Amino acid sequence: MGPFETVEVNTDLLIVGGGMAACGAAVEAAYWAKKYGLKVTLVDKAALDRSGAVAMGLSAINLYVDLNSGKNTVKDYVDYVRNDLMGITREDLVANIARHVDSTVHLFEKWGLPIWKDENGNYVHEGRWQLMINGESYKVVVAEAAKNALGIENIYERIFIVEPLMDGDRCAGAVGFSVRENKFYVFKAKATLVAMGGAVHVFRPRSTGEGLGRAWYPPWNSGSSAYFTIMAGAEMTCQEVRFIPVRFKDAYGPVGAWFLLFKSRATNAFGGDYMVERTDELEKWLPYGKVKPIPANLRNWLGMLDTMEGKGPIYMRTEEAIQKIAEQYKDDPKAYKKKIKELEEEAWEDFLDMTISQAILWAATNTFPEQAPSEIAAAEPYFIGSHSGASGAWVSGPKDLAPAEYFWGYPNMSTVKGLFCAGDASGASSHKFSSGSHAEGRIAAKGAIEYIVKENPQLNYDANQIEELKKKVYKPLEVYEAHYKETTDPDINPNYIRPKMFMFRLQKIMDEYAGGVSSQFKTSKPLLEKGLQLLQFLKEDSEKLAAADLHELMRCWENIHRMYQAEAHVRAILFREETRWPGYYFRADKPSIDPNWEKFVNMTYDRKTDTWNVFTRDIIHIF
Amino acid sequence: MPSFVIVDKCDGCKALDKTACQYICPNDLMVLNKETMKAYNREPELCWECYNCVKICPNQAIEVRGYADFVPLGAQVTPMRSSDSIMWTVKFRNGELKRFKFPIRTTPEGSAVPDGGWETATDDISSPLLFTEPGSLKMDSLFTLNK
Repeated sequence: MGPFETVEVNTDLLIVGGGMAACGAAVEAAYWAKKYGLKVTLVDKAALDRSGAVAMGLSAINLYVDLNSGKNTVKDYVDYVRNDLMGITREDLVANIARHVDSTVHLFEKWGLPIWKDENGNYVHEGRWQLMINGESYKVVVAEAAKNALGIENIYERIFIVEPLMDGDRCAGAVGFSVRENKFYVFKAKATLVAMGGAVHVFRPRSTGEGLGRAWYPPWNSGSSAYFTIMAGAEMTCQEVRFIPVRFKDAYGPVGAWFLLFKSRATNAFGGDYMVERTDELEKWLPYGKVKPIPANLRNWLGMLDTMEGKGPIYMRTEEAIQKIAEQYKDDPKAYKKKIKELEEEAWEDFLDMTISQAILWAATNTFPEQAPSEIAAAEPYFIGSHSGASGAWVSGPKDLAPAEYFWGYPNMSTVKGLFCAGDASGASSHKFSSGSHAEGRIAAKGAIEYIVKENPQLNYDANQIEELKKKVYKPLEVYEAHYKETTDPDINPNYIRPKMFMFRLQKIMDEYAGGVSSQFKTSKPLLEKGLQLLQFLKEDSEKLAAADLHELMRCWENIHRMYQAEAHVRAILFREETRWPGYYFRADKPSIDPNWEKFVNMTYDRKTDTWNVFTRDIIHIF
Repeated sequence: MPSFVIVDKCDGCKALDKTACQYICPNDLMVLNKETMKAYNREPELCWECYNCVKICPNQAIEVRGYADFVPLGAQVTPMRSSDSIMWTVKFRNGELKRFKFPIRTTPEGSAVPDGGWETATDDISSPLLFTEPGSLKMDSLFTLNK
C-alpha cells in the first residue's frame, strides 16, 4: 500500500467526532465562530447523517428537565443523578447540563423531530425526566442542523482520528487517516473538542459468534475519546464507573418504556419480584439503598442475586403490564380492543426505532408481548459517561456553578489547555443521554471559542513529530506487508497479530480478571493484578498488530484505544478499595460500601514513562 | 449475515456518485466489490443491525437475517422509509404478518435552521447563555447560583 499523501488542514476549532455531542458543538461553535471570524472543522470516522450512538434512532429522549413547567428544578435533577451514582457526581457539571438541556430539546422539535404530545399539546413523558419520540430519524435531523451550521465544506467524513497533536502541554489538533484513500490527515487547531463516544467490546460480550456485533451500545464506540484524552495527558475521572444495562436478553431491546411508561414488573421464574423480595439487601448499601428511585446499579444487583441463586430466567412481564393498562377499558369491548392495539404499536415502535434486532428476535420466536413475557438479563460492561456510567475526562465546570476547585477558566476544558470534552468524553456527569450530550457539546463549544478568543494560542508544530506520528499510524500495514507471505494462511503468522484476535484477547482478560459476564461481575485485588500482567503483554504485542488494508488498520487502532480504556479501568477498580456499585462490579475482597471512599478516583498517564498516577479528589456539593 | 445483499437486485449504485450502503454504514462494513459491482458486508459479526444500509439502498437489495448464534430462522423485518414516515413489515417465524407505520420527521428534509428561529440575547462570549437562550429555554432567564 501507499504512498500516503499528507493533507494538512488548518483551523481554529477542531471538533472530533460526529455524534450528538459533536453535532451540538457544531451548531453552537458555528454561531460564535462567525462572530469572531474563526474557522470550525468537524471530523467524523463515519457519515454524519448516521454516525454515533444514535445512528439507528432512539425511541425516547431520556433527559428533559421541564424547567418551564415549574414541575422540576435543576437541583431535583442533580439530586437524582448523584443518588443514582451512589454519591459520585460532579454536581456543577450535571447542573450545567440540566439548565441547558430543555433548550436543546426545543431546538430538536423545531428542526423536525416528532415528540409525542397528549390531547392538551403537552409532551408525553415516559418517566419524570424522559419524553417519548418518533425517533427513527433523530440523528438525521440533528446532523442536518449541524451541517447547515458548519457548511459541508468544513466536515470531513471517513477519517479515523488516532492521536492528539501536542505543542508542549497544549493540545494543538489531531492526526488520523482516511479509511477510503491513501491520505494522512493533520488537523492543526487552536482548540480541540473531543466527542468520540464511549467504549464497547472492551469486555467479552455474551454473544461471541455473529451476534458479537449486537452490543447494547454500538460497536463503533471504541474508546477513542478515552485514548485521546489519556494520551494528551488529561486527568481522567471515574474510570471504575462502568455501566451494565439490564435489557431484553440477547438482542438488548430497551426496557425504559416497559418499566416507566407501561409500569411493568420484572419477576423471576417462580413469579417472585426481586424488587419486593430483596428489599432487606438495600440496607447494606446505605444511604443510597434507601433513596427513590432506587439506583440503577442496585436494581441490577437485586436481579443478579436472583440469577446467581438459580432463579432465572428473569422476565419482563409485558403481558401483565399491557393487560393492566387495558383493563380500565374492560367495560367497552371496542375501546379495549383499540387500546390493546395502540399499546402493541407503541411496544413495537420502541424496538423498531432503536433496536431492530429485538423486533427480529420477537418475530423469530413468535413472541407477542401482550400474550407472553420476555426474558431480560444483565449485559456486559460498557464505558458510557453519558448514561449511568461516569467514565471520562475531568473537566472544568462553569464559573457561576462550580466551586473554585472545579473551575479553571473555561467550561468543559480538560486539564490540558485547549482540549475540551463532551458527551461520553467528559466524566462524572452521568445521565446526560442524547439530549444532554448535545447540550454539553454546545456548552463545550462556546467555552472553546471563548478560549480561542481570549488566549489566541500561538502554536508550534514540529515536522519531525508529525512524520513520526504518520509512521506510527501506518505501521500495522508495514508489519503485515513484511510478513504475510511467509505462511500459507495470513491469519496465522508468528510475527504479527491481527486486530480481531487482539480484541478477543483483550476481552478475555477483562471478562475473566476484571469482572465480566463469565465472572458474574466479580473481581478482587489478586485477579486485577493478574489481569494487569496480562494487559502488559498485550500492550507489548500491540507493536505487532498487522493490517491488510485501511479498514483493518482502523480496527487495529480501535483496539489499541480499547486497551488503554481497559487499563485505566483496571487501575481504578484496584485503587478504590470498596464495592460501591454492586450491580456494576463487585470487589469480592472489599464487599461493602465505605463512606471514606465517597471520593472521586482520578488518574493521569505519562506516556513517556508508561506510568499511571492514581489519586482521589474530594466531592464538593454546590447545593 | 446480519445484513446481506441480494445479487439480482444490487447494481453497485452504478448510476450514483457513490455506493449508498458503503457511504452510510457507521461501522465501515459495506463495501463494493469492484469486479462484480456488487456490495457485501465484510464483517457480519460486527454488524449492529442498524438497518441504515437497508433503508438507504435505492434498489431494496439489502435485507437482514437475524444473528445466527441466537435468532431462530424464518423472521423478516423490512422497512420502507419515505421523507416523512417509515412503514415496517414484520414477518413472524409462524408466517404471521404485522405492519406498522410511524412518522419520522415533521419538517421538509434539509430545512433545519440551526437557531430554530430564536434570537441571540447576548454577544458576551463569557456568558453562560448559549446562542439561542434564554428564548429556546422558554424561560426568562438561565438558572444560576451567582445572582
